[in-house]
Amino acid sequence: MTNITAILKKEFRSYFNSPIAYIFITFFLGISSWLFFRGFFIQNQAEMRGFFGLMPWIFLFFIPAVTMKLWAEEKKIGTIEILMTLPIRDYEVVLGKFLASFALLAVSVLLSLVLTCSVVYLGDPDGGTLVAGYIGLLLMGGAYLAIGLFASTLTENQIIAFILGISTCFVLLIIGEDFVLFNAPNWLFPIFSYLGLGAHYSSILRGVLDSRDIIYYLSMIGFFLYLSTLAVESRKWR
Amino acid sequence: MIEVRELTKSYGPTVAVNKVSFEAHAGEVLGFLGPNGAGKTTTMRILTCYLSADAGSATVAGYDIFEDSVEIRKRIGYLPESAPLYTDMGVIEYLNFMTQVRHIPKSERKERIRAVIDTCGLEDVIQKDIGELSKGYRQRLGLAQSLIHDPPILILDEPTSGLDPSQIIEIRNLIRDIGQEKLVLFSTHILSEVSATCSRILIINNGEIVANGTPEELASQAEGEEIVHIAIRGSQEAIEAALNELEFVSQWTHVETTDGIVVYQVNAPQDSNAAEALFHVVVKNGWSLTELRQESVDLEDVFLNLTDKE
Repeated sequence: MTNITAILKKEFRSYFNSPIAYIFITFFLGISSWLFFRGFFIQNQAEMRGFFGLMPWIFLFFIPAVTMKLWAEEKKIGTIEILMTLPIRDYEVVLGKFLASFALLAVSVLLSLVLTCSVVYLGDPDGGTLVAGYIGLLLMGGAYLAIGLFASTLTENQIIAFILGISTCFVLLIIGEDFVLFNAPNWLFPIFSYLGLGAHYSSILRGVLDSRDIIYYLSMIGFFLYLSTLAVESRKWR
Repeated sequence: MIEVRELTKSYGPTVAVNKVSFEAHAGEVLGFLGPNGAGKTTTMRILTCYLSADAGSATVAGYDIFEDSVEIRKRIGYLPESAPLYTDMGVIEYLNFMTQVRHIPKSERKERIRAVIDTCGLEDVIQKDIGELSKGYRQRLGLAQSLIHDPPILILDEPTSGLDPSQIIEIRNLIRDIGQEKLVLFSTHILSEVSATCSRILIINNGEIVANGTPEELASQAEGEEIVHIAIRGSQEAIEAALNELEFVSQWTHVETTDGIVVYQVNAPQDSNAAEALFHVVVKNGWSLTELRQESVDLEDVFLNLTDKE
């Protein structure tokens, strides 16, 4: 556990040592506010639907940018060689890095609570839906992060890691969208609709925290973190 | 402390390390010498459990590299080639991170960081970010990182590359000091480095160990010749006639003639005191001696002999 916390702290601080964290938070809040105030002024509605609804697509571009450096940079500059010869198990490093990126995401999402506060102040939103929305956002974000992290373990080039992360997330996102589902063969329909990254989020957004949706995101996170650990270990395969 | 048996590792069709076997014990400074791409780094990566070998076995500090890699990693300090460090961290921040992942108790952390800062001469840069450090300081910080948990085994991959001559001497002295009680294994392709620092040398070429011994042992393996450079002001024919007459001279070559000074390279068997004898010849003939320099056959020749076979 001390290993995981040490890696987590180091990676989290490294986000703030470089401009990444500030850029990420600024843009994330900027876009969120825009999505929010668009509806706020034009439709004269104080609600968060526009904000939550577009998040799967915004995460698609933002999250791989957060994770792309986590392994690719270590490989590029060679620090991985010191890191992996420390008395730490590979999965502890993977977990530490994942939690660090999750912490950054959580900070950004927390900061966007300012918007929620104004909604609560100005209108009368359903509290349950809001809480569910935020939980869904974090769960879905976690899945994106795990996918991005896995992409980063595969290459030493950050741009490749970024594009690989976006493409994997994109594929997993659109297979759950209606236009793909209705064109897919019948036997694929249940698989696609279950695997789609966005579908479970939408059902959480309706204000129902179904354990199936939570299990889906947790297992997506677990699966991609497991793949990341395998990819990191693959240097030792014979 | 390190026992290696027939270690083999290939990258695709290229065999990087081929049946390497050796032993090393505490109190030794073991120099890994070889041309670039000989397999030094790969061997070190296997011993530090960064990579795994295809065949063979090795134990480090009594633990098997395949079974107990975490136990091994607790007991070694490793400085990879060109000292890769997190450039966005501060020097102290980095060392502090290392004390955490090395499980140094909180109460001792300050003390250990202080100690490595002193040993590695980092005092002047503790306020800086690693990204601002010069190559020499990065190398030192890399070394500091490998020493922070006071490991019994230290593995250093080209620790002096990129340093200026005075820094090289500092690092060499440091390695020698550490090697008094611990095992230091370090690689280099610079010959003078091993003879200056190591108690034992392993010469590795094309993934195989071609020589293993103390610097003196290896030097005496080379044909046992001494070479004398001599520059004389005098008549070339007379000098050459005199050289031909000398019994101990096994071979001589004319190097150059400038402004009436003739320069020769004279080969003679070891312990024949060739330089002294040549001096007497020069004096007897009334020539004047402008240079006399003896070069014993050294590691360089051993190295070239062993690594040039193909």
